[in-house]
Order: sequence, then C-alpha cells, then structure tokens
Amino acid sequence: MTLTPFQTLVIILAVAAGTQLTRWLPFWLFPEKKRPPTVVTYLGRALPPAMMGLLVVYCLKSVSWLSAPHGAPELIAIAAVAALHMWRRNVLLSIAGGTVLYMVLVQAVFA
Amino acid sequence: MEETKTRGCRAALRAAFPATIPVLTGFLCLGVAYGVLMESKGYGPEWSVLMSAVAFGGSMQFVAITLLTTAFDPVQAFLLSVMVNARHMFYGLSLLDKYKGLGKARPFLIYVLCDETFSLVSTLEPPEGVARRDFYLWISLLDYLYWITGTALGGLLGNFITFDTTGLDFALTALFVVLFLEQWRKPENRPAGVIGILCAAVSLAVFRADNMVIPAMVLVLAVLLGGRRRLDRSREEGDL
Repeated sequence: MTLTPFQTLVIILAVAAGTQLTRWLPFWLFPEKKRPPTVVTYLGRALPPAMMGLLVVYCLKSVSWLSAPHGAPELIAIAAVAALHMWRRNVLLSIAGGTVLYMVLVQAVFA
Repeated sequence: MEETKTRGCRAALRAAFPATIPVLTGFLCLGVAYGVLMESKGYGPEWSVLMSAVAFGGSMQFVAITLLTTAFDPVQAFLLSVMVNARHMFYGLSLLDKYKGLGKARPFLIYVLCDETFSLVSTLEPPEGVARRDFYLWISLLDYLYWITGTALGGLLGNFITFDTTGLDFALTALFVVLFLEQWRKPENRPAGVIGILCAAVSLAVFRADNMVIPAMVLVLAVLLGGRRRLDRSREEGDL
C-alpha cells in the first residue's frame, strides 16, 4: 500500500462521488414529475443504438490493426457471434459460441 | 398477496438471470483481474472489495489503481472519475422513461447503472407477467454482485488460478455485439447505430485508445442533434 488506510478511503469515496455524479445528473436535471424537453426524449431513443455501436468499437480499442494478426481473432469471433445470432437468435448461444471461438483463436491459432 | 409478490419476484429472477450470464462471465474475469492487480499493489481484498462495492466503476477502478499508487490527490481522483464515466450521463438520459415510477427501487438502479446493465435494460423488455421494476432490479443487482464477487475471488485466491482464461473477457464484447444486433432489428434504430460505430471509429483513429471515449460521445451527440430533423421519426408523424 502506497497510501495510508485513511487516504485510501478518501480516494475510494472520491472515485465513488465522481462516478455517482455521472449516474445521477440526468435524473436530477429531468426529474420524474416534469416532462423532459422533446430533444431529450429524442436523444433517449437514439442514444441506445448509438452507444451500443460505440461500446463495440470501444471493446476493440486495443486491437493493433497494423501488426499481425491484424485484428483477425476479433473480427472472426464477431462475425461468428453475428452469424450465430442471426441464425438462432439465442443470446447465450451467440455469446458463448463467439467467446469460446475467440479463446481458441488467441490461445491456439494466433498465439 | 405476499405470496403472489414473492412468486412475481421469482419469475423476474428467472427471466433476468439468463440475460445476465454473459455479464457474469465477463465481470468474474475482469473482477478477478482487478482483485489480483490490487493485491499485487499491496491492497488486499478488503480494499478491492470496498472499492468495487462503493465506487462500482469498472474501468475507472483500474485507472484508480494508479491513483492509489502515487501521491494522495482526491480532487484529481474525483475529476478523473467524472471524465472516465461521462458516458453514464447518456445512459441516464436514455433511461429517464424506463426508470420512471419505480419508487424505492429507483435510487439503487441509478446507483449501480453501468455499461452492461444499461445495455440489457435498454434493449430487453420484461416477459409477460413480470413487473418492469423487478426485472430491472434483478438485472442490476446480479450484475453488481458479479463484480463484487469477482473482485473478492481475485483478491483472495487470484494466485491459485491455473486455467488459461486469456480471451474469456471477450464475453462482454460479444454481449455488446448481440445487443447491437437486437437494436438493429428495429429499422428506426439503424441510422443511430451506424452513427455510433462511425463516430467511435473516427475518435479512436484520431484520439487513440486511451482518450477516445469523450470525443466519441461529443461526436455522437453532435451528429444526432445535427441530424435530428432527418433522424427523428416521431416529429414527422406529429407525435410530440
């Protein structure tokens, strides 16, 4: 431990406070009883698909596309997830299938 | 009355649990990794679990390891947490409607709102006969517990894990891909989905891995607002 127990506790609380602020802010700005402006309602509808796309890219942020294997394990596994999902539309099957394939790819094939 | 309530609650758990299994896999892996890393810096499970339970910040907790191993600076810790987690504000905006009228459950749902819980709650609808509140509550609670359990396991027995878990955390990537496809099923969601991918890709190329999130969010917001007249279907139909 670099910090004292008291300092560690303060850091934990500071991280919690910062994180919680980002979670509560929208709910404070637009309380339940008041109707939010239409632009907020619009964003509420448009943001989920946009953020899901963003999160997929975010998960791939550390892939080095320019050096071997050029993101091949990620792309193959994502293609498998998508194919499985379009075929059976079973969330668990798609995710388990893709993950097992990815583990084989990074541990054995492209290792 | 009491009995139908418990039964309803159990039905909600049965509906929610399968949806959270990918999060279980991902959070156990990442949680263990976090616990092990904290342990290696001299912070035992009591500290790592406390951080996971109180801050529940995912990637921010990994960033916070550097904050715990340098000079004491709580203001920087606070500001950094706001920036790293700024995307939560978008989640809140999207859930204003879904989290309306949920009474005492609401503060807890907001407290533990994370990427994975947001993705599940915003994409999935509770099955018939399951109350919205119970369904969201179970998803949120299970995800929260997975993270804490993973952290505890990592702190306690991280050094005994011999099974090669490389790549197991791909479960979370796969979860986001699946939920993206679920969003894609509704044609009106597709332009926004493409916008999300493109803005994130541009931001990643320009600002690099460690700094991509906030520029990507700003870009998404700018494009969605700029394109509102084209993208907002409800306006054309006069359904304000």
